Amino acid sequence: MKILLRIIKKEFLQFIRDPKMFRIVLIAPVVQLVLLGYAANLEVKVIHTAVYNQSKGTTSRNLLRELKATGYFHLDYYVNNYKELQKLIDRGNVVLGLVFDKDFDSNIGASRKASIQAVFDASDGNTATISAGYLQAAIQKFNRKISLITLSKKGKEVRFPANIEPITRVWFNPELKTRIFMVPGIMSLLLMIITITLTSLAIVKEKEIGTFDQLIVTPIKPYQLILGKFIPFVAVGLIVIVIVLTAMAVVFNISVKGSLLFLFASSLIFVLSTLGLGLFISTVTKTQQQAMMIATFGVMMPMIYLSGFAFPIVNMPVSIQYITYLIPLRYFIEIIRGVILKGLGLADLWTQFVILIFFGILILFLSSLRFKKKID
Amino acid sequence: MDSIEVNNLTKKFGGFTAVNNVSFKVKRGEIFGFLGANGAGKTTTIKMLCGILTPSSGDALVAGFSVKDQPDMVKRNIGYMSQKFSLYNDLTVSENIEFFGGVYGLESKLFLERKKWALEIAGLRGKEKTITGDLPGGIKQRLALGTAVIHKPQIVFLDEPTSGVDPIARRQFWELINQLAQEDITVIVTTHYLEEAEYCNSLILMDSGEIIARGNVFELKNNYLNKTIYEIECEPTLLTLEILEENNIGDEITMYGNTIHVIAPKKDDVELTIRNALSSQNILLKSVKKIQPTLDDVFVHLLESKNET
Ligand SMILES: Nc1ncnc2c1ncn2[C@@H]1O[C@H](COP(=O)(O)OP(=O)(O)OP(=O)(O)O)[C@@H](O)[C@H]1O
Ligand SMILES: [Mg+2]
Repeated sequence: MKILLRIIKKEFLQFIRDPKMFRIVLIAPVVQLVLLGYAANLEVKVIHTAVYNQSKGTTSRNLLRELKATGYFHLDYYVNNYKELQKLIDRGNVVLGLVFDKDFDSNIGASRKASIQAVFDASDGNTATISAGYLQAAIQKFNRKISLITLSKKGKEVRFPANIEPITRVWFNPELKTRIFMVPGIMSLLLMIITITLTSLAIVKEKEIGTFDQLIVTPIKPYQLILGKFIPFVAVGLIVIVIVLTAMAVVFNISVKGSLLFLFASSLIFVLSTLGLGLFISTVTKTQQQAMMIATFGVMMPMIYLSGFAFPIVNMPVSIQYITYLIPLRYFIEIIRGVILKGLGLADLWTQFVILIFFGILILFLSSLRFKKKID
Repeated sequence: MDSIEVNNLTKKFGGFTAVNNVSFKVKRGEIFGFLGANGAGKTTTIKMLCGILTPSSGDALVAGFSVKDQPDMVKRNIGYMSQKFSLYNDLTVSENIEFFGGVYGLESKLFLERKKWALEIAGLRGKEKTITGDLPGGIKQRLALGTAVIHKPQIVFLDEPTSGVDPIARRQFWELINQLAQEDITVIVTTHYLEEAEYCNSLILMDSGEIIARGNVFELKNNYLNKTIYEIECEPTLLTLEILEENNIGDEITMYGNTIHVIAPKKDDVELTIRNALSSQNILLKSVKKIQPTLDDVFVHLLESKNET
């Protein structure tokens, strides 16, 4: 016990003396949270649009007014030929070019089929798809309106057999802000990154400077060495969570809906896996640089891609979906999103919780075994 | 009484044999030197003796405990300064001492006494708060030794403690080693510097995982080199070397700085042969004299004769 305290004390001393560490732990999370939080923003708020109206009738102008009224479409440019339109799209001035045929208005007047050509800059596929969705919705709405008008003009009483207008309500994230969805995920990433890198670096550093041999020749037991490295970094991880939760509340106005106690408990369970992975990395590398490389490209990147953090798991190929079941981060993100956004607790998330415990114990056990074997 | 007894110790890394069937004994209070070139197997042997590397076969008794079966007991009774050991550079002098004192579980009275001693031998009294990384190399090495023996072990292993330290600091370090030996601590030390072998009571020379010579300096010089060495001062040396080689004089001819060493069997006196061979040529012969072999001569000779067989 005394020996363990010694190691922990030493680890803390080294930690606070290293300005680099201080930055990693205190400043980096907040900066990353803010940057990623804004960058990982999938919603489209403004659709810059250029209009090439060859028709110039009332209906086309009404439609444009309608589009403008949605607030999404900014009709920034009116052009007089395709060439100009092309230029604006090429330069990235607009994402959408709307072209009305010469006979658009006359067609509508004659109740013929009238069409609009919408040209998207699909270099950013996401924005293009989302904008197309908005456009379609807006035009549909307009369509219904003019049908009503034309029909009533003809003096008929109009009754649509079923005029169903879907009213979508998005729960938990009422404004459908991806940011709100992403930020809790970013918090899980940060916890993972910090615990994995700190643990593996702290052990490999001792190997690199030669103090590792010095340690294992003392009566320190392998488990004391492991715990002595883990405990400080778990503490650091928890501090980071507090920092991130605060930043989340202040910067993004997101507060935790569920139980903080459950959130911290799950975090503690989750770090069993990450500490285990950090320990494992330290047994397969000799230098801090190697450890950093393996941690980043061998462990953390695959975990992030397969966790459903950025890409929804349901969109992945089925075989990959199976692999995601092996990723602890996947379950932790589910828990964190559940607790923060939906106010869920152990009762709802116990499966994820139990699986995390299982992974944590398994990974930690195997890595410790390997670590111990390496020492002997 | 023997402090260490090594029996047929072998270590294989995969198919590669780093230490091959090594046996030797070290007496209590002795300064015992391991010599050998890079990769000879010195560090591997020491790690096995410290109980931190399991032997592939064979065993050793260190302080009476088997390194194979009781490595934890071995660890309790030894101090070790690894080849790379440089303490924690980001901790202060005092924190380093406290850490190692702490992990060895010293009780506070003994600890204070040992801490004082460690500071003393490193010449760091009153400088406890200095960051270790800021200390000069020689002082750091002495502090490292102080912490390695903070728990007063009966045996201490020092793996190349003086590499990369200036000659004056090296001398001071050896004085410290002597001091430990006088306190009846057995010191096993590896080195690249042959002149340091002269400080050791007993030596083994390792090459490719095997012991190729053993004994004290005197024995080594006499037993392994049953030959006379002639030192020739002359100009130009390269030409002289060629002439001597053409004439097949002695067993070995080597350059030593601006002199030439001819090693010949003790029974034949080749001085005259050398003089005759060179007199007919365009050579300025300054002197030819018999000299005492240095350990260098012995080792060069041993390694060469080993490579020939
Ligand atoms: N863990 C290991 N795995 C494989 N080979 C190893 C290992 N440790 C050492 N060796 C090899 O064993 C041989 C002996 O190494 P060792 O470190 O014992 O030599 P040394 O005499 O201490 O050399 P130096 O003077 O460079 O310190 C070297 O060829 C080395 O490459
Ligand atoms: Mg070595």
